[in-house]
Amino acid sequence: MPDKPMIAIEGVNKFYGIYKALDNVSLDIAAGEFFSLLGPSGCGKTTLLRSIAGFDTPTEGDIRIDGQSVIGVPPNRRPTNMVFQNYAIFPHLNVEENVAYGLKRLKLDAAEERRRVAAALEQVRLGHLGKRRAHELSGGQRQRVALARALVMRPKVLLLDEPLSALDKKLREEMQVELRTLQRAVGITFILVTHDQYEALALSDRIAVMFGGQIAQVATPKEIYQRPNTRQVADFLGGMNFMKARVTNETATRISVETPRFGGVTVDKPLGFVARNGAATIGIRPERLRVLWDDAHSDFEVAGKVVDRHYFGEITHLIVDIPGLEQPLSVSETNNFGADDIPVGDTVRLAYDPDALVAVAD
Amino acid sequence: MSGRHGIPKSRWLPAYVGLYLLFLYFPILLLPIFSFNNASTTTFPLAGFTTKWYASLWGNSAMLEAARNSLIVGISVALLSTILGICAARALTRYRFRGKKPATGLIMAPLFLPEIIVAVSLLMVLLQLGLELSLVTVILGQVIFCLPYAMSVLISGFDGFDRSLEEASLDLGETAIGTFRRVTLPVVAPAIVSSLLVSFTVSLDEFILAFFLSGTEPTLPVYIWGQLRFAAKLPGVLALGSLMLLISILLLTLSEIIRRRAEHRLRAQGAQHA
Repeated sequence: MPDKPMIAIEGVNKFYGIYKALDNVSLDIAAGEFFSLLGPSGCGKTTLLRSIAGFDTPTEGDIRIDGQSVIGVPPNRRPTNMVFQNYAIFPHLNVEENVAYGLKRLKLDAAEERRRVAAALEQVRLGHLGKRRAHELSGGQRQRVALARALVMRPKVLLLDEPLSALDKKLREEMQVELRTLQRAVGITFILVTHDQYEALALSDRIAVMFGGQIAQVATPKEIYQRPNTRQVADFLGGMNFMKARVTNETATRISVETPRFGGVTVDKPLGFVARNGAATIGIRPERLRVLWDDAHSDFEVAGKVVDRHYFGEITHLIVDIPGLEQPLSVSETNNFGADDIPVGDTVRLAYDPDALVAVAD
Repeated sequence: MSGRHGIPKSRWLPAYVGLYLLFLYFPILLLPIFSFNNASTTTFPLAGFTTKWYASLWGNSAMLEAARNSLIVGISVALLSTILGICAARALTRYRFRGKKPATGLIMAPLFLPEIIVAVSLLMVLLQLGLELSLVTVILGQVIFCLPYAMSVLISGFDGFDRSLEEASLDLGETAIGTFRRVTLPVVAPAIVSSLLVSFTVSLDEFILAFFLSGTEPTLPVYIWGQLRFAAKLPGVLALGSLMLLISILLLTLSEIIRRRAEHRLRAQGAQHA
């Protein structure tokens, strides 16, 4: 993190009556970063985004954009622009007029305005649709108009409120790639609000996961997926097998545990970890467990009986009951080697990397 | 369309539809027919084509006076109902508040109240207050009845108005006043124009309230009622009636066209996130 962040959020609280929408949120976002606010609906991510845009005012705390506090500054005087969830394309204007909407305030000369509108439309590959009206556009095209309309203002920060949630799956994946490419090209700080963990993982430089108005963890996609701080974060980002383990040693940064079937391991201590009755929760992602075929063997393996099998095309989920574990393990195996043909009832051996085991706070 | 079947075919169906429409429109069709008939009685056979009944209207100062009154009342009622309607419709479509449903119901209720009872009560109140009957009292009375029409048009127009449009405008640097001028007004303008036209038309055709509350200044329907006592004046009334019919149909059609076009545009806008 550079010394001077583009966005600095400090101790922000937001109350709606007695309901706490934002609970002591502090966050720094660097210039040029693609940052995502990820969480279930009602977690406060949209409220936080709208507080940065100026549509919501924090009850307490400070928000600085490029060093300037924006508390009390109305949305039209902030160096941010927003892409709304439903795009909010002005229905009475055509595409060009929509994109030129904000430029009109700047009183540019006509040629310069035209040039900037054309460049913005080109950037989102809509150059040929300038005269269309909003109701003549597809969902993906509206999305691009909304992007062009915001980017043409050359904001310091672009705010995106669930911009892809209205699109169907295939278009959504295309737009994800495009959004990432666009962000790299313009170099503007992007802040994306989403409830889709794959979207956040695929697009972001860093992700903040939010629950109940609080930030649970801020980290890079890889770190947040592989080293979730809490059980809630781990669950939200994908499947994870949890087990209770006995704490044998604890230092400031590490804990050693004795697991029921995965032996003794020493792992990083997650933020906010407290051992309960000398126990810690240890997790492992389903894809970090590998089926051992024939006489292959591993230094680290567990064995159990397949109790269920779910086929997902490129992968198969095996549910494997391991004696001594409270819950059966979920194993995600690619179908390269025939995991989809393992009969329910068979015994399988599973290999794991002890480094894949993580401790999470409850 | 699957699941929606055509009506079973029957030889009698066209005849039934014909009778149905005849019942609805035959009496009204007689009006323009006789207004061009060169005779002062409304009986068949027709005596020949003439436009003299229309021409006679121009020289009729009492009629012109009534037309002027109707115009004043109509425009005032249209403006008042639409302004009151805008305030209420915006509140109802944008905010949630206690008593929203009963308030909506009470505003729309005059549509179903017996007009003559309301007219009598208004008259009693005005006389108690010692107010002169005038066009002002007609205007006040008619606003009660035009408001539901204005409201239904405006609510359907405002419903499609997405609040994020205003936010997008602010976000793009526009001020609150500029946002109202550049976004809010143009987007809801069709509903407002439509509401003005509908209220004006309803007011133009309204008789009972005008009859009770207009005192010595008749509106067109009240004037027509007064003319019906004289058989000789009937053809002139028919000509006037035909004109009013034509104006009403034109205004309502125009308002419906404007409303539908706006609705189409807004629906297309909203369809993506529905």
